[in-house]
Amino acid sequence: MPSFIINEKCDGCKALDRTACEYICPNDLIVLDKVKNKAYNRAVDMCWECYSCVKICPTQAIEVRGYADFMPLGAVVQPLRSTDTIMWAVRFRNKMIKRFKFPIRTIPEGTIEPDAGFETGTDDLKSPLLRTEPDSLGTELFKK
Amino acid sequence: MNPDNFETIHIDTDLLILGGGMAACGAAFEAAHWAKKNNLKVTLVDKAAMERSGAVAMGLSAINMYLGLKDGKNSVEDYVNYVKTDLMGIARDDLVANIARHVDSSVHLFEKWGLPMWKDDEGNYINEGRWQIMIHGESYKNIVSEAAKNALRDMGENGQYFERIFITEPVMEGDRCVGAAGFSVRENKFYIFKAKAVLDVMGGAVHIFRPRSVGEGLGRSWYPPFNSGASAYFTLKAGAEMTCQEVRFVPVRFKDSYGPVGAWFLLFKAKATNAKGEDYMVTRASELEKWAPYGTAKPTPANLRNYLMLLELEEGNGPIYMQTGEAIKELVANIPDEKEAKRKLKMLESEAWEDFLNMTISQALNWAAHNIMPEKQPSEISACEPYFISSHSGASGAWISGPEDLAPSDHFWGYDNMTTIKGLFAAGDASGASSHKFSSGSFTEGRIAAKAALAFCVDNPETASIDEAKVQEIKEKILQPLATFDEHKDYTNDEDVNPNYIKPKMFMFRLQKIMDEYAGGASVGFKTSKALLDKGLEFLQYMKEDAEKLAASDLNELMRCWENIHRMWQAESHLRTILFREETRWPGYYFRTDFPEMKEDWKCFANCMWDPGTGEWEMIRREVIEESKK
Repeated sequence: MPSFIINEKCDGCKALDRTACEYICPNDLIVLDKVKNKAYNRAVDMCWECYSCVKICPTQAIEVRGYADFMPLGAVVQPLRSTDTIMWAVRFRNKMIKRFKFPIRTIPEGTIEPDAGFETGTDDLKSPLLRTEPDSLGTELFKK
Repeated sequence: MNPDNFETIHIDTDLLILGGGMAACGAAFEAAHWAKKNNLKVTLVDKAAMERSGAVAMGLSAINMYLGLKDGKNSVEDYVNYVKTDLMGIARDDLVANIARHVDSSVHLFEKWGLPMWKDDEGNYINEGRWQIMIHGESYKNIVSEAAKNALRDMGENGQYFERIFITEPVMEGDRCVGAAGFSVRENKFYIFKAKAVLDVMGGAVHIFRPRSVGEGLGRSWYPPFNSGASAYFTLKAGAEMTCQEVRFVPVRFKDSYGPVGAWFLLFKAKATNAKGEDYMVTRASELEKWAPYGTAKPTPANLRNYLMLLELEEGNGPIYMQTGEAIKELVANIPDEKEAKRKLKMLESEAWEDFLNMTISQALNWAAHNIMPEKQPSEISACEPYFISSHSGASGAWISGPEDLAPSDHFWGYDNMTTIKGLFAAGDASGASSHKFSSGSFTEGRIAAKAALAFCVDNPETASIDEAKVQEIKEKILQPLATFDEHKDYTNDEDVNPNYIKPKMFMFRLQKIMDEYAGGASVGFKTSKALLDKGLEFLQYMKEDAEKLAASDLNELMRCWENIHRMWQAESHLRTILFREETRWPGYYFRTDFPEMKEDWKCFANCMWDPGTGEWEMIRREVIEESKK
C-alpha cells in the first residue's frame, strides 16, 4: 500500500481533538473520511514509508505493506513507541521474528528548556557568538 | 472549488522563517533569543507539522557533522579540507568554516534536550567515522522541534508558528524581499506574510529526475518526496544569484529501499564488491589518478566512489554487493571466547537493524521481505536517482554572504547568509557551496542566518507597503489551478484526461522523463552532452508554457501543482548550469560525454541568475578563492 489503515481498529480519533495520522503525515497524505469516520492514505505512491502515522496512531490501526514494486509479500515491521523507548517487531517472510528495543529520549517530552543551562556570552547582535556560546561549545569560538 | 471563496489573511512580522526542518528549527531557537532582546517578532511557517517535518522526519542513526573541537579531535581547517576535497575543489571555505566552528554547540544542545547519544565507558561520544557520531535518533526531529517551539513560546505573542501552510511565492518591493505568499492545505485561506527579513529554509528537491521505482515505490526516494524544490524556486524567483546548481547528489544506498550505508562502510568496515567479489576500489585504483588531486586524496570523494561502481556496472559486472556477512565475521573473528563472540554478534546485529529502523524503516522491511540475514549474506547496493541537497554531498543553492571575520572581501556583503537579494537569507539545503552540513550543520546554519537576519531587521527598520492590487494578483496566480479545473472539468468524463489542462502528477512524470533521458538520469547511466541538454531545454520550454494550464481539484492537488512548478525551476537551473560547465568534474554524479575530462580553467563556481524583469537567465563564473590568496 505502503501505509494502510485497518478498518476495524481505526475510530477516526473521535475522542481526540484531532486525527493523529492526519496531523502528522509530512506529505499530507492521510485524510479522515468523515462519512465513514476512518482515515485513509490518499496517495500511496507518494508515501515515504516514514512510519510517522504508524507510530502516532493511538489504536495501532496503521501498518505498512512494503512497496509492491520490489518487496515480496509477507513481511511486517511494526513499532510500539512509548515515552522513552521504541520497541520493534520484525517478522520475516519466512515467519522468523526479531525484536529490538531502543531508547528515544532521555528527558520527558514537554520539558525541554531551550538554553539547557548554558549561558550566552554576549548581548551583541553583530558578534559571531550564537545563543549559548561559547559555553555550549566548551571552548573558545574559532577565529582567524 | 472557487478561488473567490478564499479568505486573505495578512500576517505582519519582523523575521519570517520559511520551513520547519532542521535549519528552520535552528533558526527559530536562535532568533527567539535575539528577537526578545531587540523587541522583534519571529514567525515560522511549515508546510507540514514541525514534529515530523523535513528530511529528519523519520529520525536518524548518526549525526554526521561533529568536530570534537573542545577535545582537540579535529580543527575547523580539517573540516574545510575534507569538504573541499569531496566536492572536487569547489566549495566556499568561509561558509564551511562558519558552520564548522559552531556545529559542536548545536550537538551539545541536542544532548541536553534529551537526544540519546551512544557513549563509551568514559562517557565520550562513539564515532561512526571521523566526523560522524552515533545516536539513538528515532525522535531526533520531535526533540529538536520541541526546543524550537518552546523557544518561540518564550517570546510570548512575538513568537508564532504556522503549520500546514504551503509557501509558493516571494513578495518583493523593488529589489528587496519583504515577505512570502502561500495557502493553507487544510482550509480555504490565502496568506500574505510581510516581514523585514525572510529566511528561506525549505529544504532540497526530490522527484526532479525519474526515480528507479515508478509504481508504489515512487515515494521511496532516498531524500523525502515532500522536499520539492521550494527553496530554490523562492530564491530564483526573487532574482537571487544561485551557485552549484549543477552539483546534484547521487547517493549509493542499499538497493530499492535506499537504506543507509554509512554504518556499514564506516562503523562495520564493510567492503563493496562486484558480482565476482572484487573490491573495485582496489582493482580500479588507477582510475582515481585521472581525477587527482581529489581522486588520490583520502577519503575518496563520494562521487568518485560512485564512478568506480558505475564503471563496474557498465562492464556487466553487477550486481554490486555490500559484503555485510564478511564484515561481521571480521569483527568477531578475533574474539577467542565463544560466549563473548556470541554476545558481540548479537550486539552488532542489533546495531545493524537499529541503523535502518531509525532512519529508513523501509529497508528493514525489505530485508525481512527477502529473508536477508546481514550476518550471513551480502546485500545489493545501487546508485539512486539524482537529488538536490546541499546539506549532504551535493552543493546546489543560493549564493550567500559569508561572515565578516572569515570571508574574503568578494564573499562578504553585510550579513551572514544573505543572498544577493536584500532582506532574503538562506540556509540548510537552500544555500549553496557549503556541503556536508547534514542535520547538525543545517540546524547550525539556520542559527547563524537567523541571528544575521535579525541584525538586518534592526538596521533596516522601515516596513514595506504591499498594495492590495499586488496581493490580489499573487492570489489569483497561486489559485489559478483551481479556477482552471473548475472552468473545464465538465467537458470530459474523466477529470484526469482533459485537453484543456494537465494534472500535476502527469506534469511531474513529464518533467522526470525529460530530466532522466536528456539531463543524465539513472536510466542513461548519468551521462549527457550538449546535444542532449539542448533538446532537454527545448522540451522544458513546452513545459513552462503548459504550467499555465495546471489544474487542481482540491487543496492537496493545488499543493502538488506548485510543488511541480518549483521542481521545474530547479530542473531548468540545473540543466542550464550543466550545459554551461564544459567539463566533467564529478563523474559519479554526472558525466559530460562531450567533455569527458576535468579542466583546470573550470575550477570555479558556475553560478546562474534569473532576471525577474526580463525573464532572461544569466550564467556567471565566480572564482574559487583559496585560503592563501585572501
